[in-house]
Amino acid sequence: MIRGRVWRFGDHVDTDVIIPARYLNSSDPAELGKHCMEDADPQFASKVRPGDIIVAGENFGCGSSREHAPIAIKAAGVVCVVAKSFARIFYRNAFNMGLPIVECPHGVDRIQEGHEIEVDLEQGKVRNLTLGEVYPSAPIPPFMQELLSKGGLLGYVRERMGR
Amino acid sequence: MTIAEKILADHAGLREVVPGEIINAKVDIALGNDVTAPIAIESFKDLGADAVFDPERVVLVPDHFTPNKDIKSAQQCKVIREFAREQGIQHYFEVGRGGIEHALLPEQGIVVPGDLVVGADSHTCTYGAIGAFSTGVGSTDLAAAMILGELWFKVPASMLFIYYGRRGDFVTGKDYILYTIGLIGVDGARYRAMEFTGEAISTLPMDERFTMSNMAIEAGGKVGIIVPDKVTLDYVKVRAKRPYKVYKSDEGACYVETLEIDVSKLTPLVALPHLPENVRPVEEIGNIPVDQVVIGSCTNGRITDLRQAADILKGKKVHPYVRLIIIPATQEVYKEAMREGLFEVFLEAGAAISTPTCGPCLGGHMGVLAEGERAVATTNRNFVGRMGHPKSEVYLSNPYVAAASAVAGRIAHPREVL
Repeated sequence: MIRGRVWRFGDHVDTDVIIPARYLNSSDPAELGKHCMEDADPQFASKVRPGDIIVAGENFGCGSSREHAPIAIKAAGVVCVVAKSFARIFYRNAFNMGLPIVECPHGVDRIQEGHEIEVDLEQGKVRNLTLGEVYPSAPIPPFMQELLSKGGLLGYVRERMGR
Repeated sequence: MTIAEKILADHAGLREVVPGEIINAKVDIALGNDVTAPIAIESFKDLGADAVFDPERVVLVPDHFTPNKDIKSAQQCKVIREFAREQGIQHYFEVGRGGIEHALLPEQGIVVPGDLVVGADSHTCTYGAIGAFSTGVGSTDLAAAMILGELWFKVPASMLFIYYGRRGDFVTGKDYILYTIGLIGVDGARYRAMEFTGEAISTLPMDERFTMSNMAIEAGGKVGIIVPDKVTLDYVKVRAKRPYKVYKSDEGACYVETLEIDVSKLTPLVALPHLPENVRPVEEIGNIPVDQVVIGSCTNGRITDLRQAADILKGKKVHPYVRLIIIPATQEVYKEAMREGLFEVFLEAGAAISTPTCGPCLGGHMGVLAEGERAVATTNRNFVGRMGHPKSEVYLSNPYVAAASAVAGRIAHPREVL
C-alpha cells in the first residue's frame, strides 16, 4: 500500500520534461533528482517531499528510452506514478528500476494536485482519501509481478546466471 | 503472422506467437551509447558478470555528447571505451570513425534483415526499415541482453499503413511519417508494431525509409517495419556482415488496424511545438521567423537528406539572422558529401558543417537554443526544452523545408526560394 500527496501533470509528459537531456552527462541519482520535471515546473524538485505521488494523463514517459527518467523520479522522492496510460519503454524501465507505476484510466481526472491518495497494488485500487472515492486500476500483469518478486530484472538475470 | 510476429516467433524458438503473449527471445544485436551504456555497464559489473554473451553482437557507439562536450561526458565515454576494450567488443566506434548509431549500424551492415535488435535508445526502431525487428529499451534491459543474449518481449499487435499515389515535389518520407503521426497521434501506436507498405513505399529510397521507421516511436510504436524488397536488398547485399533472412507478412496476417494514406495529397509538412503530432502543411504556417536551422540526426542526416538540402542551397545564401548547422550522420556520409561537392554548396551558402554527433537534437551541444529562440530541424522531437532553453521552440520538417527556411529566415516552402 502506497499513500501520499499528489502532484498533478497532464497528457504526454515526455522524458525530456521528466529529466532534460542537458543533465544526461551524469547518471548520479542525486544529481538527476534535483532536475526532475524541471521544464514543466522549475520548482518541482524543491517542493516535492519523500513519499509524494505523481498523477498524470495519457502516455506518461513518452519519448526517449533514458532510464534516467525513472531514476530522477525516484531520487526526487516520488514513490509511485499513477497515469491513464504509460509509454512502452518507460513502463519497462520503471519496473526494471523498481518504481511502482499504476494505470488508472478512470480515476485520474478526479484526482487533483494536493489530494491524498492511497494506491493498492495488490487489489488494483486507487483510493482518493481527500474526496472519499475509490477507482479501479489495471492489475499488474503476472509476468511483471514475477519480475518484481525477483527484485526486478536484475534479480531475474542474477537467478539465470546461477548466482 | 505479420513480419514482426514471425521474427519474434523465430527468435523465441516458437512456431507461432500472438499479440499480448510474453516471450523470451534471443537478440542478434544489443546496442548502447554514451548516455545509456554507462548505466548498463554499472549493472553488468554489479551482477558480477564476466563477459558479454558475444563480443561481436554487442555494439557501443559514443554519439550523443561526442566529441566530448564537457568533463562529465568525457567520463561517460571513457566508461564505455574501457568496457569495449576489456570485453573485446568488435563494434565500438570511436569519434572520427563512426557517427550516429542509427545511421551507422545499417550502413556498416551490422544490422541485417530478420534480426531482432534491442538498443538502449528509443530510435533503435530505425532498423525496421531493412526488415529487422528492432526496438528501444532502457539501460537495465540492455545489461540483461548483454549478459544473457536474450530478453523478454510482449508481442505487439500490428497496425498496417498502406501508402499509395504519386508524391509531389519536395514531399519525402519525413512527410509520410509526420502525416501519419498527425493522423494517429503521439500514442496512436502505443505498444504496437507499425508496418509500412504500399506502392509509395516501394518507390521510396532506402534513406527515406529509415526516416519513416526512425519516427515510429514518435507515435508510441515499438517498431516501424517494412518488408524487404529489391531496394532493401540492393542496400543490404553490399553491406551485410552476416547472413540474413527475409521475412514477409502472410496474406491473411492479422492487423488490429489498417490505414490507407494517399501521398499525392501531401505537401511538405511541419510539426509545430511541442509535440510531433502538431502537423501542418508548410503553406499554412504563416510568418514564423527562425534563428537556427539544423539539418542532420538519426532521422535525416543521411546522404539523400544532404543532397536534398544542397538542391535548395545551391547558389543561395543563408539569411543573415539564421545559423544553419549541417551534421552528416556518419563518417561515410561525411566523405560522400565531400566527394559530391555538397560541402562546397553548404560552405558557400554560409552554413556550419559539424562532425557527426547527435549534439543539438537533444540540446546537448553544437547548437543549443537560447530563451525565446526558434529552430527548424530535420530531427525527430520538438518537446519542451528539447534543443535547449525550456522557452525555445523546435519545428520539425524535411531537409528541403529546413534548407528553404534557412535561406528565407522564416519557415518557408522550398518553392519560395527557388
